[in-house]
Amino acid sequence: MSDKSHSAHDSHAHSPEEISRHVRIYIIVFLALLVGTVVTVGLNYLHFDSKAVTIGIALLVAVIKATLVACYFMHLISEKRMIYVILGFTVFFFAALLVLTLSSYGDLPEMTTTR
Amino acid sequence: MDIPYTSTARPDTGIYNAKVGIWLFLASEVMLFGALFSSYILLRVGALPGDWVHGLLNIPIGTFNTAVLITSSVTVVLGWAALQAGNFGRYKVYQAVTILCALGFLGIKSFEYREKFSHYEVWLKNPVTVKHGHKEVKTDRVLGHIEYQGHHPYFWRTKTLADKKVESFKIEVDPYHYSLSPKELAHARAESKGHKHEVLEIKSSDVKRLSAFTPSHGPYFAIYFTLTALHALHVLGGALVIFYIWGPGAKMWQTDPQRYMNRVEVSGLFWHFVDLVWIFLFPVLYLL
Amino acid sequence: MQSTTHAAPHVGHHDAHHHEPGFLQKYIFSTDHKVIGIQYGLTALAFLLFGFFLMLCMRWQIAHPGKAVPLVGPLFETLLKTTSGNSAAPGGVMNGELYNVFGAMHGTIMVFLAIVPLAFGAFGNYVVPLMIGAPDMAFPRVNMASYQFYVLGGVIMFASFFIPGGAAQSGWTSYSPLATTVDTHGQAFWLVGMVFLITSSLLGAVNFIATIIQLRAPGMTWMRLPFFVWAQFVTGFLLLLAFPPLEAAGVMQLMDNVFGTSFFLPTGLAVGGRVADASGGGSPLLWQHLFWFLGHPEVYVLILPAMGVVAEIIACNTRKKLWGYKSLVYSVLGIGFLSFIVWAHHMYLTGMGTKISAFFQTTTMIISIPSVIILTCLFISLWGGSIRFNTPMLFALAFLPMFGIGGLTGLPLGFAAADLHLHDTYYVIAHFHYVVAPGTIFALFAGIYFWFPKMTGRMMSEFWGKVHFVGSFIFMNVVFQPMFIQGMAGMIRRMADGGAGYSHAANPTATGGLSHSMISLHSVILVGAVGLAISQIPFIINLFYSIKNGRKIENDNPWQATTLDWQTPTPPPHGNFAHEPHAHRDPYDYSLPGAATDFTPQNQADPATKH
Repeated sequence: MSDKSHSAHDSHAHSPEEISRHVRIYIIVFLALLVGTVVTVGLNYLHFDSKAVTIGIALLVAVIKATLVACYFMHLISEKRMIYVILGFTVFFFAALLVLTLSSYGDLPEMTTTR
Repeated sequence: MDIPYTSTARPDTGIYNAKVGIWLFLASEVMLFGALFSSYILLRVGALPGDWVHGLLNIPIGTFNTAVLITSSVTVVLGWAALQAGNFGRYKVYQAVTILCALGFLGIKSFEYREKFSHYEVWLKNPVTVKHGHKEVKTDRVLGHIEYQGHHPYFWRTKTLADKKVESFKIEVDPYHYSLSPKELAHARAESKGHKHEVLEIKSSDVKRLSAFTPSHGPYFAIYFTLTALHALHVLGGALVIFYIWGPGAKMWQTDPQRYMNRVEVSGLFWHFVDLVWIFLFPVLYLL
Repeated sequence: MQSTTHAAPHVGHHDAHHHEPGFLQKYIFSTDHKVIGIQYGLTALAFLLFGFFLMLCMRWQIAHPGKAVPLVGPLFETLLKTTSGNSAAPGGVMNGELYNVFGAMHGTIMVFLAIVPLAFGAFGNYVVPLMIGAPDMAFPRVNMASYQFYVLGGVIMFASFFIPGGAAQSGWTSYSPLATTVDTHGQAFWLVGMVFLITSSLLGAVNFIATIIQLRAPGMTWMRLPFFVWAQFVTGFLLLLAFPPLEAAGVMQLMDNVFGTSFFLPTGLAVGGRVADASGGGSPLLWQHLFWFLGHPEVYVLILPAMGVVAEIIACNTRKKLWGYKSLVYSVLGIGFLSFIVWAHHMYLTGMGTKISAFFQTTTMIISIPSVIILTCLFISLWGGSIRFNTPMLFALAFLPMFGIGGLTGLPLGFAAADLHLHDTYYVIAHFHYVVAPGTIFALFAGIYFWFPKMTGRMMSEFWGKVHFVGSFIFMNVVFQPMFIQGMAGMIRRMADGGAGYSHAANPTATGGLSHSMISLHSVILVGAVGLAISQIPFIINLFYSIKNGRKIENDNPWQATTLDWQTPTPPPHGNFAHEPHAHRDPYDYSLPGAATDFTPQNQADPATKH
C-alpha cells in the first residue's frame, strides 16, 4: 500500500526541461509583480479627478497582479476542473455578499431621496 | 487499510488529498477576507464627507513591504521547483529566504503600527488657525505629535487628560488634514516639505476629543488594524508552518519524498494566498 | 447474506510501530473518525440537555412571574452574579438580565453546541467514511483538532455563566449595539467561544468535503452515494463558505467590545442616557448582514443531515428504494446554493427598500421548492412499502409532518407583508422550533436508535424507545402549537415577564394587548415542557443501560440494510474494512425482483439467488 511511486497523473513537471521552463515563468511573473507594484504607486500620484477612475485603475492593477499569482505561482492555469468549480462558487457567494448588502444600503429610503 | 491518495493523485479527480483540502480552506479564507473587504466598502460608503481617513499611511514603507512579500512568494515557488528537480540544498536556501522575508514583513508592520500609536488627532471645542501647506485655515481638528513633559506619549485618549491631570500639552501640528482631497493633501505635503512643524499649546479644557491613530479612532483605522492584523497573523502562521516543514519536518524528504513535496506545495499555496490578500490590501488601505 | 467475520482489533497496516495504543490515545486523543464521532455525540447530547434545562427554567419563570424557581432557584441565587456583585436571582427569582442570559445561551448552545455537533460532527463523522467505503476521514488529525476546538469553545461558553454580569444576553443573534453595551464581559466570552466553534466547523467541513470527493471506494460513483452522504456533503459546503463572514463579524464585534472600535456603533449613540464614548461612524446593519449571511445557511446545516438520516431509515424500513433519488440529490444541491442568497428575509423590518426586499422574497419563495420536493419524495417513498414500525422508523415518520408544519409556517414569514405582523413574535419561535425540535431532533433520535447497534453490538430497548417516542411527540406539540396562536395575537419574543407588561390585566384601558387566555397559555406550554423533560428520562437511561445490557445482535446487519456502513464488523475496527470494498450497485437495492433476500448490499456484485 505504499504510495512512493510517482503517479503518471501528477500534473506537475518532472523533467528538467519542464522545471526550468516553469522557473523562467516564475521569474518573469516576479518581475511583472514588482513592475505592477511600482505602476500602482506611481499612478496614485497622478490624482485623477474622478473617484471611479482612481478606484477602477487601482483595482485593475491589483486584479492583474492577483491573477498572475493565482495562475502561475498557484498553478491555477493548469489545475483540475474541480478546483475551478469550488473557486467559482466561492467567488459567486462573495460577490453576492458584497452586492446584496450594498444594494440593501443603497435602497434605504433616505439613500434614494436626499442623497 | 491506509488512507489512499495522500501522496499520489486520485485518478478521476487528478488531485491528492491535501491539495483538495488546502483549496477548500483557501475558499473559506476568501470568504473571511471578502467579508472584511465588504465591511470596508460599506463603512467607507457610509462615512460622512471629510470623516474618512486617507493619506496617513507611509506609502514608501508600504511599497517596500509589498516587495518583500512578493519576493517571499517567488522564493517559495522556486523552492518547490528545486525540490521537483531533486535539489534539496537549493530548496533549503529558498525557503530560508521566504521565512526571513516573512519576519521582515512582520517587523516592518510592527514599526508601522508603533508609529501610528504616537500620532494623534485632537478635536477642539473652538477652532484654531493652522497652516495646511502654505495656506492658513481655521479648523477644529488638528493632527500631530504630542509633546508632554519632555516625551512623546503613546495611546493617549480623551480620558487620559483627566486621569493624568494634564492641564495643557504641546502638539507639533501636521500641515494637512485627511479631510482634504487626495490632490490637496499631496499639495499641502509638498509645499511644507523641509519646513518645521508649527507647535501649538492646547489646554485640556479646550479638547472635545483626543485620540491616537488606534482602532478606536474611527472606522478607517478600525478596519485598517483589523485587516492588517488578521493578515499578519496569517503571515505568522504560514511562516511557522513553512519553518516546521523546512526544519523539524525535513526528515520526510528521506522517507516519503513525494508526500514531502506535496506538503511544500500545499504550504506554498497558503503562502501565495497570503500574498494575494496583501496585493489587494496595499492599494485599498494605503493608496485609495 | 453472510456478514463479514468479526475481525481482530487492528485491521490494516501501521507503517512502523504495531503496538496497542493506551487509554488516552484510544479514547481521548484518538484520530479514529468513529471515536471522534462518539466524542462529538456524547458532548453534544450533554449540551443538548443543558440547553433544555435552560429552557425549562425560562418557561417556568414566565409562567410564574415573581416566584422563585423550584429546586435550582437557591443555586442561581448563590452562583450567578451581576457586575455589582449582587445576585442575579435574588430570592431564587430570575431577574430580567438573567432571563436574557438564559435565552441567549439557550439559542447559542442548542444551535452551535448541540445540534450542529450532533448532526454533522457526530453522525457525519461516524457514518460517512463507512458509507463511502473509506478507512477513515482524509485528515484524521485535523478531525481530532476540530473536536478539541469544539470542546474549548463549549467550555468557554459554559464558563461565562459564572462571571459577574453573566453570559451573553443579547439573543443568540447578538445584535450590536446592545451586545457590546450591555454590562458584562459575557459577550467577549461568547465571541471568543464562537471563534473556536467556527474554527472547529471549518476544519470539519474541509475534512468532510475532501473525504467525500477523494476517498469514495471504487465503484462508489456520485450517483451511487446514499442520500445521507449527499446531505452531509452540501452541509459541509454551507459551513465552509458561510461561517467565515460571521467569524469576521465576530472579530469586529470583539474589537468593538475590547478595543473600543465602532464597527457597529452608529454616530451619536447614547447608552443609559449618555452619549457613548465611541468614535461612531459604524453600522448596526452591517452586523446583521454578516450574521444572517451565516445565520440562514446555518438553519440548512441544522436540517440537511436530519433529512439524510430520515432518508436512510425510511429506505431501510420500507424495504424499497427511495422514490426520486435524482430529485433528492438535485434538490439538496439547489437548497445549498440558494441558501446563500436568502438571508435578508431575517431583516425585512430594518428599513430596506422595496427592490431589494422583493429580491429576497423571491429567492426565499424559490428555496421552498426543493425543500418541498425532498419532503414529497420521502412521503412517496412510503407508498407500497413494507413498513417496519420500529423506534427509529417512528421518529423518522414523525419527522415528516413535523418538518412539514415547520416549513409551511415559514412561508408567511418569507413574505415581507405578513412578516410585518409576525416578525419577532412567538410565531417565529414556533416556526423554527417545529423545524429543529420535532424536526431535526426527532431525526437525530431516530439516528441514535438506528446506528446504536453498529456502534455497540447491542440494541436499545424497543419498549422504552416507543415510550420515549410517544411522550416526545405529544409534548413537543403541546409546547409549540400554542406559540403560533400567541404569536399571531402579537406576543413578542424575549420578554422576561412573559408579556405581563402588555396584558389586558396590566393595562385595562389600552386597546390591543395580550388577553388573559394568551398569557395563560404559558401554563399549558410549561406542562408540555415538563412532560417533554420526563419523556427524555427513559431515553437517557435506555442509551447508557443498553451499552452493556442491551439485547445482543445476532449478526453485523441487524436492520438488514444495504449501505456499506452495515457491511462491516461490529463495531467497525480501526481502518473499517479488511479489504477495500467495491460498490457494485445503487444504495437502496431492497426487494429486487427475483432475489432471494429483500435486500442486496451495495458491495455485493449479484443478488442472492433462490436455491
